[in-house]
Amino acid sequence: MSAVKSYDHPTNADRFNKDQSRTHWHDSALWFIREKRDRMANSLPEWETLRACASQIKSHTVSKLADYLEEFERNATARGATVHWAKDAEEHNRIVLEILQKHQAKRIVKSKSMLTEECHLNPWLEKHGIEVVDTDLGERIVQLRQEPPSHIVMPAIHLKKEDVSNTFHEHLQTEEGNCDPNYLTESARQHLRQKFVQADVGITGVNFAIAETGGFVVCTNEGNADLGVSLPKVHIACMGIEKLIPKVDHLSIFLRLLARSATGQPITTYSSHFHGPVEGGELHIVLVDNGRSKLMDSDDFRNSLKCIRCGACMNTCPVYRRSGGHSYAATVPGPIGSILNPLRDAKHHKSLPFACTLCGSCSDVCPVKINLHEQLLTLRSEVNRQKQLPVSKTMPMKIASWVFQRPKLYAWLGGIGKFFLRTMPRFLIYNGLNPWGRNREMPESPPESFRKQYAQRKKSQKSER
Amino acid sequence: MSSKDDILKSVRNQIVPAADLPSLDQDWIHYGDAVAHFGDVLQAVGGTAVVVEGVDGLSAELAKIPVYTEGRKTVSCIDGLMGTVDLDRVEDPHELEDVDFAVLPGEFAVAENGAVWVTDAKIRHRVVLFIPQHIALVIPCPSGNVEEAIVNNMAEAYHRLSWQSNDFGCFVSGPSKTADIEQSLVIGAHGARSLHVFLLLP
Repeated sequence: MSAVKSYDHPTNADRFNKDQSRTHWHDSALWFIREKRDRMANSLPEWETLRACASQIKSHTVSKLADYLEEFERNATARGATVHWAKDAEEHNRIVLEILQKHQAKRIVKSKSMLTEECHLNPWLEKHGIEVVDTDLGERIVQLRQEPPSHIVMPAIHLKKEDVSNTFHEHLQTEEGNCDPNYLTESARQHLRQKFVQADVGITGVNFAIAETGGFVVCTNEGNADLGVSLPKVHIACMGIEKLIPKVDHLSIFLRLLARSATGQPITTYSSHFHGPVEGGELHIVLVDNGRSKLMDSDDFRNSLKCIRCGACMNTCPVYRRSGGHSYAATVPGPIGSILNPLRDAKHHKSLPFACTLCGSCSDVCPVKINLHEQLLTLRSEVNRQKQLPVSKTMPMKIASWVFQRPKLYAWLGGIGKFFLRTMPRFLIYNGLNPWGRNREMPESPPESFRKQYAQRKKSQKSER
Repeated sequence: MSSKDDILKSVRNQIVPAADLPSLDQDWIHYGDAVAHFGDVLQAVGGTAVVVEGVDGLSAELAKIPVYTEGRKTVSCIDGLMGTVDLDRVEDPHELEDVDFAVLPGEFAVAENGAVWVTDAKIRHRVVLFIPQHIALVIPCPSGNVEEAIVNNMAEAYHRLSWQSNDFGCFVSGPSKTADIEQSLVIGAHGARSLHVFLLLP
């Protein structure tokens, strides 16, 4: 039910909007989180200082990333971890599989990791006969439904409790029609406990990796990452190379921003600091580039590497809230996804920079001060430069530009437009040639143009004098 | 050429303007009554905080918690308080799957977010921080002053930490929770269903 049918955001958004009441529900659910985030941000007088510090730390880290990566590897290795390097998704998946095969692991529990989603690790492992269980409740729900997550922090935000109830009834044999979130969560707890106990290896993502100590931090509310890696002897942590921070004290900035921005909590329930393997066990850290280094030298898009994946830009985005995460047809949806995905694959994701009203709300809430809406605007010209824009967008622009360069023609056309708007029957104005008017009313045409009003005013002022 | 060399070369080949690190020495938030603030925030995230005197006081408070008194399998890593399982005699952490209640040491607490710093330095199996049905964390205040056990903010918290050893460390703020089903908050996702914090005076 979830296979990507179209990469075109407007097409997918249209489908999402078929059910209006559900769209409104989705919209308000996310806005509720945005408001919680605001309350948290307002509770700290130093909020803007924190954002500025976080942004600066990330700028600095990217400017010396190679040095910090080497420092991280040195320190992590000294603590007994094994560091692996993967150029792309394929190499990442191969490395993980090799580790699992070496340990003859058949059952894996995995906490939330957008990187492994990006690399499509699950299908790859399943193809090799390994069971991978996503242990974050939201991720487990969408995994059972064979859907991708629709949000990076709340993977099942697009689902109603009735949907979850049906899914659990089918897969976990819960009571039919019991939609109580407490009951459903309890059922998932029992089901996943078995998986935790049976697991041969635990896989986690990484929120922050520390060059200075060779350690890393994983944040969860459920405790699933910790349960997943405290029973088996082998822990594999997968991270993009941009997750690095120079010093452990820098966590005091990022941990204060992350959960407040993400869900409006003062901090996640568990912020776990891993340094080295458990006694008698193994810790593998996989560093993945997968196109990240290529973004570093672009003055326009380098900032997108600062992202700490809090999802605040999605919660606030008027387009995301009304079109749903799946409409982006990408692992990371929303404003930040609309930058990262087209930069990696402009051909498929060319519609995403336009899934934006340029309102700038995303940039206002971003805890690391990424200039999201500016990058989205820049990306539009990039998509145009790569000749990926449809004629329906380029042609009207060309015509408009031609008209705007001819003021007299523009004035004449304005008069004609006003006349037609007033006098034409509806079906001639609202039809297939006017996509703008499909869900909107055209503005009411004023009796006189601004140009005319201005000229008259000038005239009357003169006669008064 | 290895992938490591490839990646480092690719990273080094990029032209990135230099940027300095910011100072972390800023005017971070202080609370008039950090102890009270910690209690309030912890309550807001689903936990409770109580000041107790000595192990006797701790036992008396624990006795008021039904899930503790009714717990069949309990673990204690607090001197003077007995559990039903001796953690040091457990070889395989899987044996801890059915622990009902664990009383574990915390090091200090953070007022701004209700978190308690815990490590596995004195805990043989770190899973005992996550797998029991219910958890109590006991923060010693040896000087008899509760304020010393609570810092205002995360900047102060990291000042207190050192990273020489390979110990696992975690900020724990409240019981395990999720809001993944229609944004309804449910306490007790995978980890502890309740979290009691005790500030232990001598």
